[in-house]
Amino acid sequence: MKIDDLEQMDSEDLRGLTSNERRKFLKMGLAVTGLYLGGTVLSLTSVKNAGAAGVVPEDGQYPYSPHYSMVIRERLCIDCERCKNACVKTNHVPAYGFRTTILEKRRSLGGGKHETIFMPVLCNHCNRPPCVRVCPTTATYKDEKTGIVVMNPPRCIGCKTCMTACPYNARYFKEETRAVDKCDFCFNSRLSKGESTTACVEACPADVRVFGDLADNKSRVYQLVHAPETMVWVLRPETGAVPNVFYINS
Amino acid sequence: MNNNFLTNILPAEGGLEAAGTGKYNVVMAILGMLTLVGVGAGVHSLWVGHEHTFGVSRGVPWGMLIAAYVFFVVTSTGLCIVSSVGHVFGIKNFNPIAKRAVFLSIATIVAGFLVIAFEIENSWRMPVGNVIGANPTSNIWWMGTLYGAYLFFMLIEFVMLQKNLHKTATAFGLAGLLTGVAAHSNLGAVFGLLNGREFWHGPYMPIYFITSAAMSGCVAIIFFTYIAYKFNGWKMNDDMKKAMESVAKMGALMMAIIIFFTCWKMITGVTGQPPGKYEAMQTLLTGTYSMNFWGGEVVLGMIFPLLLILAVRGRNMHVLFIASLAGMIGIFFMRYDLVIVGQLVPAYHGMGLVDYPELLTYVPSLHENLVVVGGIAFCALLFVMGEKLFRGHLTENH
Repeated sequence: MKIDDLEQMDSEDLRGLTSNERRKFLKMGLAVTGLYLGGTVLSLTSVKNAGAAGVVPEDGQYPYSPHYSMVIRERLCIDCERCKNACVKTNHVPAYGFRTTILEKRRSLGGGKHETIFMPVLCNHCNRPPCVRVCPTTATYKDEKTGIVVMNPPRCIGCKTCMTACPYNARYFKEETRAVDKCDFCFNSRLSKGESTTACVEACPADVRVFGDLADNKSRVYQLVHAPETMVWVLRPETGAVPNVFYINS
Repeated sequence: MNNNFLTNILPAEGGLEAAGTGKYNVVMAILGMLTLVGVGAGVHSLWVGHEHTFGVSRGVPWGMLIAAYVFFVVTSTGLCIVSSVGHVFGIKNFNPIAKRAVFLSIATIVAGFLVIAFEIENSWRMPVGNVIGANPTSNIWWMGTLYGAYLFFMLIEFVMLQKNLHKTATAFGLAGLLTGVAAHSNLGAVFGLLNGREFWHGPYMPIYFITSAAMSGCVAIIFFTYIAYKFNGWKMNDDMKKAMESVAKMGALMMAIIIFFTCWKMITGVTGQPPGKYEAMQTLLTGTYSMNFWGGEVVLGMIFPLLLILAVRGRNMHVLFIASLAGMIGIFFMRYDLVIVGQLVPAYHGMGLVDYPELLTYVPSLHENLVVVGGIAFCALLFVMGEKLFRGHLTENH
């Protein structure tokens, strides 16, 4: 393009803009700002509900009564396995299966040293249990009163979808009943017979496992998970299952 | 009454005469024996308990029988899709293969039900449990219920086709197609909706299942049609050749789509090393399942058949058969890997646990292999029988 041709072209500076076009531009700017502002206001209003997003439920927000749950004071566990043995005896768990077990974590302390932490695991009696959602025959369901995830063995067809759905490997197929078996917080073996706690809790010599009603603010489980300066976590929170077994570091 | 019904739908004349009774009887006897062996292995397992005869475990509860079931129902849904192209949507090129496709979609789903009956520990509890315990949030429940309805619709469609009631057949064909697609995407959702299984979780599974069903249907109809004609010494007419060409081209398109899907599944499984998904993907790409993946899925199931179909432009029947044979084997590997690899990463992965496996293992047992062989033999038996009874599933011009 030659310099003479450039001179022939229309000027692109602001003088060429009609006031109509200026107005349109301003309106668009206002609309965009308004949209963002509105969005921000909306997002602020929802903060109130988002407060409960942590693993510990907000006070008073327990769907069940009694809302049974367990707190595991992980650092106290010495892997004596008395909880496992008590569970096996109480609930007739066969040798090839388990309802609860103890896993071993290893953490580096630097300088070639390590510490070992024992992590008891069991059914988390989730508020949104994936196993219950997938069961085609409602052979496993959440007890409406207590929130315990229970089995109805004669209804189980043995498709094992609950076993693939459970994020905690808490289920196994029990040959004797031809049904999937799992921890029921000793509902059938103890709680329904008037006992107030599970076999594993009773057997633990180190007071690792604490069982109780989370909806009762005088219970130990309530006080432990709501205690100040306490780290409370659950296993695999990313699955959205909302578990009721809480782990604390004190 | 029963006899009257049969004489109504069995063609008495016309069509193609099946191969001599000697050859037919020998093949039927072999397939019947294999079916019985499979059923025997299944019944034995039910009797003594799966834990003693199957390779499945607490960590890997779903084994090869689930993979075989998925294989059969994917093929069935695919055959239904392929048959509907001609019968429901009126694309005339696809008409000659439609009757056989409808029949085989029934044969494959029945074989699938046979296999799953032995996989489920207490299948006899299903009929009552599914009704009194119906769980509308369960994809397994929807899948089972919809596949039941699907089988019913496909049976009616087939009978209507035999009676030349084409309007009714089309209506039931459409009903079968819709329930089949709904059932099949629910089967995908059985895997895809498990938040705790990173390799499966997400919208990919239902979408992938439907697309690979369409691919499997094309591959299967070529495979079975070729064998039917070879076995009985029939000669394909031009319409049939044209139909095979059209099906092959549709199959090639589906393979291309599956290749595209698989590429992105791989890339999302590796990029950023997403926990759980990455370990499973690595098992496929470089680990113990890499032979299955690269050799079985990619080469036999995708690249090889696609190249063969493109090379002959769908026109050489022998080459199409080789492509479909490779495709059938490759598709079985796809189902197997999908089911097994999705379970290999244990629940508490990535937590720094001692004495805890990074990956679980599964090896199919003799009993599981026998049940799968029995299912395949039963499907083949129905196929060979169907060719004879329905005289080559020919479609009259109308």
